[in-house]
Amino acid sequence: MLLAGFWFAFLALPISGPWNAVLIGGACSFMLLAIKLFQTAMTTGPAGEMVARLWCALGRMWGQAAWLVGDRKKILVMILLLLSLPWVLDRYTTDVLVVTGIYVMLALGLNVVVGFAGLLDLGYVAFYAVGAYTYALLNSWMDLSFWPALLAGGALSMAFGVLLGIPVLRLRGDYLAIVTLGFGEIIRLVLNNWDNLTNGPNGILSIDRPTIGGMRLYQPMHFFYLVVFLCFMTMFVVGRLNRSRLGRAWSALREDETAAECMGINITYTKLTAFAFGAAWAGIGGVVFAAKQTFVSPESFTFFESVIILCMVVLGGMGSIPGVILGALVLTVLPEALRELTLYRPMLLGGAMVLMMILRPQGFLQMHGQRLPASAVLPGDVRRGREKTHLGGDT
Amino acid sequence: MFTQQLVNGIVVGSVYALIALGYTLVYGILKLINFAHGEIYMIGAYIGITTLAVLGAMGITGMSITLTLVLVFLIPMIYCAAYGITLERIAYRPLRRAPRLSPLISAIGMSIFLQNYVQVAQGARDKAFPSLLALGGFNFMGAYISGLQIFILATAVGVMAVLQLFIQKTRMGKAMRATAQDRTMASLVGVDVNRVIAATFAIGSALAAIAGVMVGMYYGLVNHYIGFIAGIKAFTAAVLGGIGSVAGALLGGFLLAMLETFWAGYVSAIYKDVFAFAVLVVVLIFRPEGILGSSDSSDRV
Repeated sequence: MLLAGFWFAFLALPISGPWNAVLIGGACSFMLLAIKLFQTAMTTGPAGEMVARLWCALGRMWGQAAWLVGDRKKILVMILLLLSLPWVLDRYTTDVLVVTGIYVMLALGLNVVVGFAGLLDLGYVAFYAVGAYTYALLNSWMDLSFWPALLAGGALSMAFGVLLGIPVLRLRGDYLAIVTLGFGEIIRLVLNNWDNLTNGPNGILSIDRPTIGGMRLYQPMHFFYLVVFLCFMTMFVVGRLNRSRLGRAWSALREDETAAECMGINITYTKLTAFAFGAAWAGIGGVVFAAKQTFVSPESFTFFESVIILCMVVLGGMGSIPGVILGALVLTVLPEALRELTLYRPMLLGGAMVLMMILRPQGFLQMHGQRLPASAVLPGDVRRGREKTHLGGDT
Repeated sequence: MFTQQLVNGIVVGSVYALIALGYTLVYGILKLINFAHGEIYMIGAYIGITTLAVLGAMGITGMSITLTLVLVFLIPMIYCAAYGITLERIAYRPLRRAPRLSPLISAIGMSIFLQNYVQVAQGARDKAFPSLLALGGFNFMGAYISGLQIFILATAVGVMAVLQLFIQKTRMGKAMRATAQDRTMASLVGVDVNRVIAATFAIGSALAAIAGVMVGMYYGLVNHYIGFIAGIKAFTAAVLGGIGSVAGALLGGFLLAMLETFWAGYVSAIYKDVFAFAVLVVVLIFRPEGILGSSDSSDRV
């Protein structure tokens, strides 16, 4: 541990300077020591029992949280509670919740691509940008209002998804990742440089707010209801999709492409639909974003934005709808709460992604009925797990 | 104009080729794209600056320009090799048996971590890379060729020749080729696969460090973003030439740099990066195995 500390101090030396390097090295050995002590305490002695009991209690609490949405009446109460939130909270908090809602939609959309179908998309924000600019441009040229733009943005993003998807979906995972990353950059660079169309880095100003039956939506509270409605719609559609024939094809694809193909699944079509659905949701999210901000510029659609959305999916639990929502919630509310750490946020996110992959690859909340990696369970367990999924998932 | 573009392209090409070699070496053995490779290159450039500052403070810069030059390449190389080994140990080794998506995500996490660590530690602004060589230059067929450009090209070619010798002749090189062919078989005949993988990361990272220092010397400015774009472009170069093949990385690096420089010179300088990405997409669609890659690429793409 001391050695590891020295090693990290050595690595940090030329970048951080001597004093910080010593600090970093010290922090690293301290952390490793803490983990080691924690592990020993877990396996031996009363502390382990305590932690185990605490863990059980947390599990029970989670069970009770599930009880809260146990039947229709309770779900109704929870929804009412959620809807009453903007009356209790101030404008600022409501606004944060609106942003969270947009991210929930985006993360759920990306979850279709990454979580369900197992395709790593690193340029997801490109589709978000397409949606936002669709509304911004159609609104400033033709005075198109919000609702048709919502459809147009979704459709156009979907078209872009298919256009990008057709050529690259034949490729294996890592190539797809880097091509989508490149595509995201292309979209951003074009938006930034095509001055005649997009007004370049200055962006497009004074986009119309949405209206419902003559009422203009401009308060955070109004947007809150709009976003909550769209989130529920997304959850509903994505949840149904996951349990559909297509959803099962996606998970087959994710688990083993060759086996899925042998079972008669059309690989290209299945991948393409996942890509198109994910893109469509990003587009819708983009339209809402443009309407909320009344301003779009290429700055909002950087690679880092893609990474944040990916982080929500990965940390929350790839493939799990409640997990992804939790991830989006944590990653938007936490930075608001810890404003003084803004500088370190990207660093912490990157570190969290690495640690999550090593320590808990399934994320905060595991996907319902997910198959464990073959090396981790005995064959009998796998079979039992599958039966459970089958009984629990499709009835 | 034409010759000038050609010269510029060759210099940029040697940088791309050096970074692309790192991608290709790691891909050859692990069949994985090392997403954090671009950041290692960026770190190499920063460590070059630090080394120069320290050497300057010790008075070595004034004493011997040769020693300074050697050290300014050697120290970042050693450091980046250490970074590469650590990267492999943290982000790849624990996930070797995990589903394919996991190491990809952890590598992206690592890349973001490193990029922002450097930003936090070194500041977000451009850093000046002190000029070392005042070699002058000369005119050749209407193009101005600086001594630095020749130095860069010569260094790159020399390093690549050494690498080729290393892979073909040494014991470790043989072990690397064996591991690339079949990891399980290699371990059965007594190759320490973990050591080979660590060595591959170390070599690739050291090459990236050379590229980083060269870019620092060439442009005189360094910032924490350079790893991102250079990483994608070098990857494009590796794919263009045929990923997994050392000669392919060279060919791809020079070819991409040429295409890009001519595009920027004759068509549109703004859309230079867009053009490079477009090349990547086009290559992956029409010839995913690259120019020099073998066509039986069922396990590659």
